[in-house]
Amino acid sequence: MSGQSGTKVVYKNIHLENSHTLAVSKANGGYQAMEKAFGMTPAQVIDQVKKSGIRGRGGAGFPAGLKWSFIPKDDPRPKYLVCNADEGEPGTCKDREILRGDPHLLIEGMIITAYAINAQRAYIYIRGEFVREAEVLQGAIDEAYAAGLLGENVAGRGMHFDLAVHRGAGAYVCGEETGLIESLEGKKGQPRLKPPFPANIGLYDCPTVVNNVETLTSVPDIITKGGDWYSGLGVANSTGTKLFSVSGHVNKPGNYEVELGIPLKTLLNDYAGGVRGGWENLKGVIPGGSSTPILTASQCETVTMDYDALAKAGSMLGAGSVIVVDKSVCIVRAIARLSRFYRHESCGQCTPCREGTGWLAQVMGRLEAGKGTMKDIDMLLDISGNIQGKTICALGDAAAMPIVGAIKAFREEFEYHVEHGRCMVG
Amino acid sequence: MKSTDKSIGTTPNGRTDKNWGDSRSMSALQKNSETPRFSNEAMQEAERIFKRYPEDKRQSALLPLLHLAQRDFGGWLSPQALDYVAEVIGIPPIRVYEVATFYTMYNLKPVGKYHVQVCTNISCWLCGSDGIMDALTGKLDLKIGDSSDDGRFTLTEVECLGACANAPMLQINDDYYEDLTPEKVADLIDRLP
Repeated sequence: MSGQSGTKVVYKNIHLENSHTLAVSKANGGYQAMEKAFGMTPAQVIDQVKKSGIRGRGGAGFPAGLKWSFIPKDDPRPKYLVCNADEGEPGTCKDREILRGDPHLLIEGMIITAYAINAQRAYIYIRGEFVREAEVLQGAIDEAYAAGLLGENVAGRGMHFDLAVHRGAGAYVCGEETGLIESLEGKKGQPRLKPPFPANIGLYDCPTVVNNVETLTSVPDIITKGGDWYSGLGVANSTGTKLFSVSGHVNKPGNYEVELGIPLKTLLNDYAGGVRGGWENLKGVIPGGSSTPILTASQCETVTMDYDALAKAGSMLGAGSVIVVDKSVCIVRAIARLSRFYRHESCGQCTPCREGTGWLAQVMGRLEAGKGTMKDIDMLLDISGNIQGKTICALGDAAAMPIVGAIKAFREEFEYHVEHGRCMVG
Repeated sequence: MKSTDKSIGTTPNGRTDKNWGDSRSMSALQKNSETPRFSNEAMQEAERIFKRYPEDKRQSALLPLLHLAQRDFGGWLSPQALDYVAEVIGIPPIRVYEVATFYTMYNLKPVGKYHVQVCTNISCWLCGSDGIMDALTGKLDLKIGDSSDDGRFTLTEVECLGACANAPMLQINDDYYEDLTPEKVADLIDRLP
């Protein structure tokens, strides 16, 4: 299982002409998993998803079947399903391909999920800038309603299920599930303190499941082929396929679906066309999106792309957003850019993050400009320590982790900036 | 996740406080212009939007209605427009103000006919967004964050737009333009109607 079987779970049809239409979807197996699910009990559906071992693909990696099972069963309140399509972690562009290339797979995955958790209403929260993607999605939803796949009697099975698109408006923090729920309620996207978790108190204070686009579009094949089949893909604790967005200094940037556990080197060389200027020109890789600590070139030689291996390497799988950095890049400058991003995106609710992201950006900017001191490097670590684990949501950690990781892996570049007042490279 | 312009409304730690805050106070603007109202078409769209949410959860329509208002009212939201949206939903205006100032896609001052938004975050930066931005500031003769005097262009630096595998990229109004080079950008601007 090294990720090279070629099995596609999510991107199986996006290469087809008019893959976004109901006709092409149905001609290629669309909505058959839904029919199969209707022949099962909701508990059996959840059981298959649990067996599959699939973990949330948005970045947190929480087991999806377990999340669904937390929805209370004997509870008079309505249940809600929300799809997180607020793709915003820098480096991540995998869900966009699904939204515009196979929206019916998402709708089908949501019907099955709604059936499993007994939800009658669902929303797809899509980032506001994806105007065209939202149009494609709305077109698919309209088609599904017209075909009786959504509405008062889904596929003639007596299930009532309404689905709507809800566009965000430009706030990274709304990718956090409780920030997203607040935003869906028409408020600022400031994350909620947990517990209570959305499974109990979610949208409109009702039980709610929030899942990423990729997670939900994996559900149809899990139902069709079985949880055991899916868990046979990938490696232990990291089952199934994963979409990787590979960007930066590779010859063929793109979104690739491979089995988890693939060696990073294989992903870069065999899929992404190799590092610009050759493997020897590699400086490092940010493996899971901007908030995950950077790996050094020597770590990239051997690390595999799964939750455990990346954690062992001191980083994270995150959303699977692989950002490749070659030797022409100043790490201090790259990280300073990210710090500016997190300062901009902090929602301002928690003091350690609101103030800390500002300080991190200022000190990083000072170092980058060649005006920093050696003490500044330690100050960055100190500020980071005062943010991490001390905020309501993970945005503060996300701001701190790349800095801590970069100082650990490339401290000499920071020191060079202090001593010479400029970058080591360029 | 847009404007990274720090020139206006900056708090002590350097965070941007959106577009209000300098000389442009709400009350000053309120005196100058009248309350806009939705066109019939927009009002019908608003009714469709409300139907997506439970009847007693009208505030959920706030983000979509602000998008709709911005489109219907010429690309930006005046304080009067915000008050109008509050009235249509039936919520206190402060609920609308706090949302409109939180999200970067709501323009609280006029923008040009073409709102050119350039991503400079990590993947785009690695792939040459500095050169894209230089080409645009030169071509449009604008500084980042400014609008042209003829009302044709606004140039904004934005955060990641989620098209990283096709970096560098930018957005003009509703459309993405990807895999750019400085030459392509100049050509793109020339071809705009």
